[in-house]
Amino acid sequence: MAVTLDQTIAQKQHSFLSRLFSSQTFWVVIAVILACLFLSFATDSFATSKNLFNITRNVTFVAIVALGMTFVIITGGIDLSVGSVLCLCSMVLAVTMHAGYSIEIGILATIVTALAIGAFNGVLIAYLGFPPFVVTLGMLSVARSLAMVASNNTVVFQFGPDHQKLLALGGGAWVFGIANPVLYMIILALITGFVLRWTKFGRHIFAIGGNEHAATLTGVPVKQIKVAVYMISALSAGLAGIIQTGWLGAVTTNLGNGMELQVIAATVIGGADLAGGVGTAFGAIVGAALIEVIRNSLGLLGINAFWQGTFIGGAIILAVLFDRIRNFRRSD
Amino acid sequence: MDRAVREEMDGRDASDAGEPANCCVDKWGGLRLVSVLELANISKHFGAIQAVNDVSFSLEAGEVVGLMGDNGAGKSTLVKMIAGNFHPSHGTMHLEGKELVLHKPADARQHGIEIVHQDLALCNNLTAAANVYLGRELRRGFGPFRILDYGAMYKRAGQLFAELKSETRPRDLVKQMSGGQRQAVAIARTMLSQAKIVLMDEPTAAISVRQVAEVLNLIRHLRDQGIAVVLISHRMPDVFDVADRVIVMRRGRKVADKKIASSSPEEVTGLITGAIEQVA
Ligand SMILES: Nc1ncnc2c1ncn2[C@@H]1O[C@H](COP(=O)(O)OP(=O)(O)OP(=O)(O)O)[C@@H](O)[C@H]1O
Ligand SMILES: [Mg+2]
Repeated sequence: MAVTLDQTIAQKQHSFLSRLFSSQTFWVVIAVILACLFLSFATDSFATSKNLFNITRNVTFVAIVALGMTFVIITGGIDLSVGSVLCLCSMVLAVTMHAGYSIEIGILATIVTALAIGAFNGVLIAYLGFPPFVVTLGMLSVARSLAMVASNNTVVFQFGPDHQKLLALGGGAWVFGIANPVLYMIILALITGFVLRWTKFGRHIFAIGGNEHAATLTGVPVKQIKVAVYMISALSAGLAGIIQTGWLGAVTTNLGNGMELQVIAATVIGGADLAGGVGTAFGAIVGAALIEVIRNSLGLLGINAFWQGTFIGGAIILAVLFDRIRNFRRSD
Repeated sequence: MDRAVREEMDGRDASDAGEPANCCVDKWGGLRLVSVLELANISKHFGAIQAVNDVSFSLEAGEVVGLMGDNGAGKSTLVKMIAGNFHPSHGTMHLEGKELVLHKPADARQHGIEIVHQDLALCNNLTAAANVYLGRELRRGFGPFRILDYGAMYKRAGQLFAELKSETRPRDLVKQMSGGQRQAVAIARTMLSQAKIVLMDEPTAAISVRQVAEVLNLIRHLRDQGIAVVLISHRMPDVFDVADRVIVMRRGRKVADKKIASSSPEEVTGLITGAIEQVA
């Protein structure tokens, strides 16, 4: 039977299942589930509600920042400053509240700080053509140093009149006993997923990562969007900082040290491509989860904590290896 | 042209401004008198490089103009200025008698100017439909709560591919597509709205003989609808097949602007290479 042109055009080439199986995120989910199953049987302490509560809450800080990083990485950029920005934002919150201001003002000051840093990064990258790596590496140093200046390198653990409110914000479990940070993470992930899939802004982010020149030629406002993604990244670091401050109940200038690596690792393990054009909100969460499960399991299995970096690094390389293998197969 | 007539035409154009851009019938009469597009002394330099140098020409409705010239002659730069990608360093453009100042590609599209870029300007990581609608995505909903209308974009893109007789699936990623399919995606962009001018920068460079014929047919089809087409091509037979007029550029300057009927491939070749200096 002859196939008409219209039939060919209407045909869907990939079924839902074939798409699922070729997605890296799917396999990482499987890996997380298998690891959890294994640990439940191999140890007594994994599947306890206390440990699971800890894991889910620990995941959130990296995951929230990874959501913001996903925007940047999809455009083909990178933001190395997130760990330091998280620290600076926490410190701004802590110092403001310590000085006697309300939690609202503290949060406002924090968000303004984050957006200003993001805008600074973004403008240098988008309008002045700086390489993202260099600008955000510089900011990594600047932001942490400013955090030290702001606090005179002391630990802040008294947050003024709204002290209890802040601790409840980060440390509470307001809905069904789910830790608040987990709740924030889910809400932010839903927003991120929605923006990436359903908005013009999200579409343009993918276009820039796919072919920036083409995006420019077709009239996508490339520069404004690039500034926006670095602002989103810094904002997500700021939000994570607020939540983490509330949870820890104290801020040191060490907070978020080296976090950028975990965040980038989570994003990449979850299926984002550092070359740009690919990435999902769900992937960022799943990637962060895998890292946390690895970390947690090492402790439970009695393996020396020094091995942590090796395992997380191995997971990154493995994730990218799968991606490479798929590409080889496709190009054959 | 008679000045009085021209002014009258200008007046009518202004009063027509509120109407939808695609009321062609009325414009036909006017367009015979006022060119669709008129470039006057357009230049463009990038630093020390003079890419386009003092080029003037006009474009009539329903006319196909072949734009030829050696590599680096300034053809792409010229059409990019008309498409709002570059601002001219000097000179003015008029669209249907009114001064045309473009700040971005969307401005050009709003004025009914569409372009197929030389490198096609496609994003490999997006679907065919997403590429067709890049920069002017369809959305549904109200006010700030507007979301991408995937269904409508897939549907319309599919219709355009069928019109182009191209076996291109709107949901497929451009990454996996053949040269001809990619070309179809880039050309389909120009058919999204009722254009007045379509600029094609080497649309037949990477495609099969059969598909070249389709593109040339499409160009005739556009012409029959009263659309002005600029066709940049290195393929002499294509230009002589479909164009009414040929403009030759050499090192940024316009060196010829002739009716196809009164020229020949030999003459055009001579003009491109510089063997013939310039013709009126
Ligand atoms: N964005 C740019 N920046 C600097 N120089 C440019 C730019 N675009 C074009 N040029 C220069 O302008 C000149 C004309 O280039 P253009 O692309 O318009 O040529 P062309 O006639 O389209 O050539 P081809 O047939 O190879 O496509 C060339 O010398 C080119 O190097
Ligand atoms: Mg060119």
